[in-house]
Amino acid sequence: MEKRVTFKGWLLPMLLLLPQVFITAAFFFYPAGQAIYQSLFIPDPFGLSMQYVGLGNFEYLAKDPYYRASFVTTAVFSGLVTVVSMGMALYLAVLADRLIKGSGTYRTLLIWPYAVAPAVAGVLWLFMFNTRVGVISWYLGLLGYDWNHVLNETEAMGLVVVASSWGRVSYNFLFFLAGLQAIPRSVIEAAAIDGARFWTRFRTIVFPLLSPTTFFLLVVNIVYAFFETFGVIHTITSGGPQQATTILVYKVYKDGFVGQDLGSSAAQSVVLLLVVGLLTVIQFKYIERRVHY
Amino acid sequence: MATLTLNQIRKTFGKTEVIHGVDIDVRDGEFIVIVGPSGCGKSTLLRMVAGLETVTSGEILIDDRRVNEEEPMDRDIAMVFQNYALYPHMTVFDNMAYGLKIAKTPKSEIEDRVATAAKMLQLEPYLARKPRELSGGQRQRVAMGRAIVRKPSLFLFDEPLSNLDAKLRVQMRLEIKDLQKQLGITSLYVTHDQVEAMTLADRMIVMNGGVADQIGAPLEVYENPATEFVAGFIGSPATNFLPARLFSPRDARIKTIGIRPEHATLTTAGSGRLPAKIVFTEALGAETLLHLRLDTGESFTIRQDGTAPVPTEGTACGIDWPDSRELDFDEAGKRL
Repeated sequence: MEKRVTFKGWLLPMLLLLPQVFITAAFFFYPAGQAIYQSLFIPDPFGLSMQYVGLGNFEYLAKDPYYRASFVTTAVFSGLVTVVSMGMALYLAVLADRLIKGSGTYRTLLIWPYAVAPAVAGVLWLFMFNTRVGVISWYLGLLGYDWNHVLNETEAMGLVVVASSWGRVSYNFLFFLAGLQAIPRSVIEAAAIDGARFWTRFRTIVFPLLSPTTFFLLVVNIVYAFFETFGVIHTITSGGPQQATTILVYKVYKDGFVGQDLGSSAAQSVVLLLVVGLLTVIQFKYIERRVHY
Repeated sequence: MATLTLNQIRKTFGKTEVIHGVDIDVRDGEFIVIVGPSGCGKSTLLRMVAGLETVTSGEILIDDRRVNEEEPMDRDIAMVFQNYALYPHMTVFDNMAYGLKIAKTPKSEIEDRVATAAKMLQLEPYLARKPRELSGGQRQRVAMGRAIVRKPSLFLFDEPLSNLDAKLRVQMRLEIKDLQKQLGITSLYVTHDQVEAMTLADRMIVMNGGVADQIGAPLEVYENPATEFVAGFIGSPATNFLPARLFSPRDARIKTIGIRPEHATLTTAGSGRLPAKIVFTEALGAETLLHLRLDTGESFTIRQDGTAPVPTEGTACGIDWPDSRELDFDEAGKRL
């Protein structure tokens, strides 16, 4: 039974809602509206006047090969970040779930990276992999591997993926662990008595029962990879080498704030908004249906 | 079909020993009920037989084969859990077929076995449903079905009826007994309900604080409790215990005397062995329970036939019982 609190008048509930409404309006609706408005104009180079171009910015984007390449980069990047961070987190959560002694310490240490801001995480990884002074690149050099993410596109992508996934593993780990602990022990025991060994149990019982958690994390992680990885990319590669790590959100920044092409940048924001909206709708419509039991 | 032997089984959690050396010999096809209050170690004992808990010392033998180190799946057992432990994302059919599928049983045989079990348990209309669409009693049946289809050599039941309402519990109790008789599979059943133990068991084991106080046929245990604990735990309402100093005991070692409520009789004031007063009465129809207080302060319950006249509350009376019905216990609670 759901308990419902009811208010007598209108004033108090309105007052209580106001802060949230204000924040959403000021930091979401207003900028989003501005972006939509601006995407229909091209400002002059000095920002003194604007010329209405209709959907011109969008038409230009559709023809821009760099923009299309950025779509592919984003798909690869967010796919990798999601798979790596969720896979790693699930693996660690399964191990932590089996642990009896010292699980508290293990958990605490695993959660820490989540407290590190993406930009700081980016710098940390940058130092470790720095081509001249990085510890890891030095060791790789000893092994005969010449690490250079400044020139090598694959290595650059690998590095931003790892750096973005790192903090995310903690977050996913928390949810996976909670999900695992919510599975009744007796169900696992019943499966063990039924003859299922660890891997079979995981495949046929644990993973299906974990699917609501997995689905939730899938949505959250894709959105994360799309937007919040800006700091990591900015600190490590600045979108390079060439365009190799320029994901959509980074391109919005680069074209708008560095290139001063505000019209195109605004149009890109609008496209990004639509893409994420669409992804979320697809996920909820098609995937969520299959995760309930 | 199998025998089960427990040899000096002990279990320690950290530094606390919870099971202090239990010996049991279960014959082929026998229905054994382990009964005791919560915390007496009965579930732990069952889980050790299942292989879900390690054995600290002692030996578990199934069909004279030592299984201490074997994984649950290698012991050829099936278990019914208190909360049923059904797989929530699978249909009733898949729940029952799960173990068979893992054992790579041919598909046609799986269907046959599940169909037979479903018929036995009246689950046929529900095979395509998920557990959440079933009532408590039906879920209980699915859990039973899952155990039956695998044709194990040993059934383990961990308080399987305690989540059901009273009426369903009585019905399922009979069904379990009936099923076990039909299949003839050796069973170990854990419960805290002494009525369940009395009705189901071929032999019952009364556990108290990690020790098997008594092993025997239900009526034998009832008639001849080995310890004060067993006398108090088995039978409802509970046995009356009186300190021996109220009488002049036949034997100096006797410290406590137990009298079952149905063995004591009400006498008129001034007669009988002990003077008392009627505090209140419960007329239940078939029987009447008289709650008395002795003049020395102890409470005492008498069960009399429902047809006997019900005395007025507050009147003085006496209590009497035949010598042969007296249960004498020494200081340690052992029967003399």
